[in-house]
Parts: sequence; structure tokens; C-alpha cells
Amino acid sequence: MQRVHTGWLGRDVISIRDFSREQIEELLRHAHQIRPDPELLRGRVMASLFFEPSTRTQLSFATAMQRLGGHVIGFSGVEGSSLAKGESLQDTAKVVEKYADIIVIRHPLEGSARLVADTVSLPVINAGDGANQHPTQTLTDLFTIQRFHGRLDDLKIGLVGDLKYGRTVHSLALAFTRFRKIELRLISPENLRMPPAILRELDGIVPYVETSELDLRDLDVVYVTRIQKERFPDIEEYEKVKGAYVIDLKACEQLRRDAILLHPLPRVDEITPDVDALPQAKYFEQTRNGVPVRMALLRLLLGA
Amino acid sequence: MNEELKVSKIKNGTVIDHITAGMAPIVLRILGIGKGCSDTVIVAMNVKSHQIGLKDMVKVENRALAQETVKKIALVAPHATVNIIKDYKVAQKFKVELPSELIGVVRCPNRNCITNSGERVSSYFTVESKDPLALRCHYCEVLVDGASVDILL
Repeated sequence: MQRVHTGWLGRDVISIRDFSREQIEELLRHAHQIRPDPELLRGRVMASLFFEPSTRTQLSFATAMQRLGGHVIGFSGVEGSSLAKGESLQDTAKVVEKYADIIVIRHPLEGSARLVADTVSLPVINAGDGANQHPTQTLTDLFTIQRFHGRLDDLKIGLVGDLKYGRTVHSLALAFTRFRKIELRLISPENLRMPPAILRELDGIVPYVETSELDLRDLDVVYVTRIQKERFPDIEEYEKVKGAYVIDLKACEQLRRDAILLHPLPRVDEITPDVDALPQAKYFEQTRNGVPVRMALLRLLLGA
Repeated sequence: MNEELKVSKIKNGTVIDHITAGMAPIVLRILGIGKGCSDTVIVAMNVKSHQIGLKDMVKVENRALAQETVKKIALVAPHATVNIIKDYKVAQKFKVELPSELIGVVRCPNRNCITNSGERVSSYFTVESKDPLALRCHYCEVLVDGASVDILL
């Protein structure tokens, strides 16, 4: 096992913007090497504060902690928390700080994870704050791409679907500003284009083209996102675009043999089930990769 | 001819000069000057300036500016100068300067930001760029540019 760089001990993981290329690469190196070890985090406690529902993220964090011998406490949904009684998020965080060694938080309000990180002295991991950031998903995406392509430079990447509200594609696009010779193809309906503020951060660093055509040719990575009903302020706008970009066997004929098809899951109807059997379909392996990435992160932040 | 001579002098108070042309009404709003204000206020708009082409100017009698107010003025009029007037003379003169962080100065435009939720927390922006203006919310990471900043003050 590699020596742990001291810069990780006790730090917060709130936004992919906080990470340099070197830090991302160091974490991914650890994630490639880490194996279950019930002694590594024995006696450590992770508080899992999920103020909104999640399946994969919550379970993969719990799995990661338990595979390293640690314990998990926490709740899922506001009903189980004192927030339902009117307690402020900051007070909840101050209380949990007395019980745990690390906090993992998912919350529907943007900036909530940063506020908790500023409130407590424990390391805090953002497991999703509204439509803003979900850095461990991005690190998992990068880990998966690196695992299959052996590199994070010199890649042609297609981002498909809801590029307006989908936080995973925002974070992933920003993460690629840390790497070289990346080309992005941004494939979305006109009303779900990548926000100008994100494009501004790509300008001059990552070349991109925006298109509404489902052109998957000559890409190394195709990253598909769900059109998220809950992010739409207007249901009519949702009805207009749902199902606009369905990846079926016919669409997959465009894929290169060595391309990989990723999706942060859950999917609704944007990738048909018969695509699962194709060699390019890697989204279930992607979700599995969330565990070693989170194991590596927990180990580094807790200095084990 | 010095354009400043077109407007009257004040005895005691503050002169805010070199305001970006057209921004004087916003500076007045920042100063809280409106109906009910009994002090003398002199406003000049679109006055020729050697430094910035056209400028606005605001003179307010019997008024000193709080630091927070100066920060707000710097957001909408980055080239403004503040003159403290005592007995018709300039007692102190300084340029407004935008700090690298703004706490409790600008409201976050993101309705879903934790700072707009009722939590006991002030808005907190870092200045990513002064020209053109770009502020990023420390919490929700939303970017605010110069075109929308005045409605958030």
C-alpha cells in the first residue's frame, strides 16, 4: 500500500473544483490498489446524513466503510432526523461531530455540504448538494474511464442528455479541465444545453462542440444522463424532452468497439435494457467502482 | 473647464466621484437615499471625465459611508473615488476597492442556495475576477456577473 500523502488527512471533499490533477491522480492510484481490510478503519465511525433519498451513493459509502472495518451511523430522509423538529443544519452537524470521525452528507440545498464543512472540524464528504456538486460520483467516473482506457488525457468524450440540470455532467466536464487533449461533444436538446457558466470555465482549456444530434461516432466515452423530472420547475418542459435521446441497439451501432458507455444511474428509458449485454456497456461496473473510490477516500481522509 | 464646478459644494459629508456613467441611481439606492431623506443630495450624471470618459457623481451632506457600503459601491462602480468633506474641504480621499471576499454584501441569486434557506449563515462570495466582474458563491458555487449584481445588493 502506498504511503498516504499528508495533504489528505482531515480535509473536506465538497467540490471537484477543490481538486488538482495531482490530487485526483493520487486518489485514483489508491483506489486502484485498495482491498478490503477489516483492520484499517476498525473503531472509526462514519455519520451518514442523507436528507434526501439515495440508493447507490448511500449504500456504496456504507459498503466502503464496512469493508475497511468501520461503523456507520446516520439516517435517510428528514423524518428520521431532528431537522423534522426544526433543528438547524448547523446544530445537527455540531451534534453529529460529537459522535463520529467523518461526516458524509447529502442534502437538497446547494451549498449545504460546504456549510457543514465550515461548521465542524471533522472531515466532511459531499454526497450531493442539490443540483450543485457530487464529487465522489465524478471521481468514480474518472476511475472508470481510467480503468478501461488506461488514461485520462487524449480522450474524446460525449456527454448526452440533460446537460442543464445534471450535476454529474457539470462536475465531469470541470474535472476534465485538469487533463490534456480532451475534446467534449455536448449532445442535448436545445432547452437542456450545458449552462453558460460551465462553458465559460471550459473556454480556452477544453474544446467542445454543442449539438442536438445523437452522434456517437468516434468517441472514447459516451456518458448518458437521465432527464431528471425532479429538477424541472415546469412539468410541461419535462414532458417535451423526456425520451429525446434513447440509446438503443440501433444507436449503439455508431459506437467504436473500444468505446465505453457510462451512466451515473438510475436510468429510466434513456438506455434500453438490451444494450446492457454489449461489450461497451460499463455502467454497472461504473457503479461498482464507487466502492473502491470511496474506500480510498475514507482511508486517506482518516489517515489510516 | 472643470465639470465639477457645475454642481454646488457641500459643507460636510461625502462626495462619490467617478461613478460609472448611469450607475448613480443604484449608488443612491445603496446609500438608502429616497423619500424621507432630509439631507442635501446632489446628483450629476453623464459628466465628462478624463479618466473614464463619462461619469456620474453623488454628493451627500452629513453622511459618512460604512465599509459595507463602500464594498457595495465598488461592485457597481469599480472606479469610484470617495471624498470625505469637512468644512468645504476634502479631508480624506480614497478609491473604492473590491475585497477578495464579500460576506453579507450580496444576496445569492440561487433560490436553492443554503444562504437563502433560513439557516443562520451570511452570504459569502469570492471575487474570481474584478474586470469583468465575476463573483462565486462560496456555498452553492453559482457565478454572478456584473450585469446582475445590482439587483442582489
